[in-house]
Amino acid sequence: MGLISKNLIDLKSTPKSDINLIIDTAFTQKEILSRSVKKVPILKGKSVCTMFIENSTRTKNSFETACKILGADVIGFSKTGSSINKGESYKDTLLTLEAMGVDLFIIRHFASGSSDFAAKTVKSKIVNAGDGMHAHPTQALLDMMTLIEHRGSIEGMTVLILGDVYHSRVARSNIWGLNKLGAKVRICAPMTLLPAEINSFPCEVYTDLREAVKGVDAINILRIQLERMNAGYFSSIYEYNRFYGIDTDIFKSVPKDTLILHPGPINRGVEISSAIADGPNSVIVNQVTNGLAIRMAILYLMLQGENR
Amino acid sequence: MNKVLNSREFKRIITRMAAEILEKNISCKDFAIIGVQKTGVYLAQRLIKEIKKQDDINIWSGSINISLYRDDYDQRVAKTIAPSQIDFDINGKTIVLVDDVLYTGRTIRGALDAIFDLGRPERVQLAVLIDREQRELPFSADYVGKVIPVSKREEIDVHWKEDGEEDAVYIKKITK
Repeated sequence: MGLISKNLIDLKSTPKSDINLIIDTAFTQKEILSRSVKKVPILKGKSVCTMFIENSTRTKNSFETACKILGADVIGFSKTGSSINKGESYKDTLLTLEAMGVDLFIIRHFASGSSDFAAKTVKSKIVNAGDGMHAHPTQALLDMMTLIEHRGSIEGMTVLILGDVYHSRVARSNIWGLNKLGAKVRICAPMTLLPAEINSFPCEVYTDLREAVKGVDAINILRIQLERMNAGYFSSIYEYNRFYGIDTDIFKSVPKDTLILHPGPINRGVEISSAIADGPNSVIVNQVTNGLAIRMAILYLMLQGENR
Repeated sequence: MNKVLNSREFKRIITRMAAEILEKNISCKDFAIIGVQKTGVYLAQRLIKEIKKQDDINIWSGSINISLYRDDYDQRVAKTIAPSQIDFDINGKTIVLVDDVLYTGRTIRGALDAIFDLGRPERVQLAVLIDREQRELPFSADYVGKVIPVSKREEIDVHWKEDGEEDAVYIKKITK
């Protein structure tokens, strides 16, 4: 009836029933977001720490807003201004905050595996809000919720994940999650932006965008991390845009009702043109709202029945 | 399992409750019936249908999900049920809150909190199919289908056509 998993680290290790429960619960809690007073008291007295060792705008604010809507107390922690800058270790920081009575940690960290490490270090519950190149389960869950919202079910859909798969924890989490819910997953990227272990992922691999978009139901466009553009993964932004950017030209080969998703922040004119980002196929804004609902559902489900 | 209401008695009760609700609220201009998710919604929908059969009155219809207002969040893992759906302004309305079984009163406490988070109704009345007594909070229903006092070791089990079963009410021993 409740979640099987104690923590939410990645979707590879999360059972299908938990994924479905989180998405179903998010749909029921989304109603609160349409109210004039967006506040319910269910997490009154629960203490949640958003521990962001790596920068973030939308994920951190989304989680903190979700906490506040459900009535939890939030400890906002970021690297700057903390004792991490005095050399306090990640482990000691976790233990210190746990001793202050934190029931649940939401962790964003530049190192892959940091959420798993936290789960082994403290008794509090852990939600991974992005760890290195490993996983970003809440982003994948909100992407899947958005697909279900528009198509009713993920079973049988063909979803293309396009762009910098190599650096993308969003891509990795989506591949596992979509697969568990019965979608066919394609990925498309230049060879240099495909992970070496790509053959161990349950997906079809394309390097030609025109081939990859044939018959798709949705395209999830990853952000080109501009901070990496000088590292030699592709020769220029212009070239990337020509071969892998989604614009009105390539859209002529895409099925008419294809949904366009993007985890944000978007680089207009690089991986996606403005005409597509703001066009009728785009569900990018819905993703943000659904992200709030997904995070509310996760907090609600993970903290319930603690004193059974 | 002991059957205490069959489908014919079930139907009679709903007809009578609908008449009572109508009689008390006939002059009311802004009138809504809200069922508690999920089985309270079945009863609410049946009452609305029956009231409309008896008189041409405008009724707002809604449902309320109390899972975010329950007081046993720490003690129990609850099922995920359909969301609240109230597509009208609560303010100033007369509301009949509907649930199938009234027991401790804790569900009703949650439902009232949920409703008051949406606005300030003119008044709230309570309609239940079965009042099984053993209240833990100071609530009483305005419209009652049938009072069936049972002990804490027993359970009232309401079957609904909406769930693919025959309308009926049973008393069950709790086996634990």
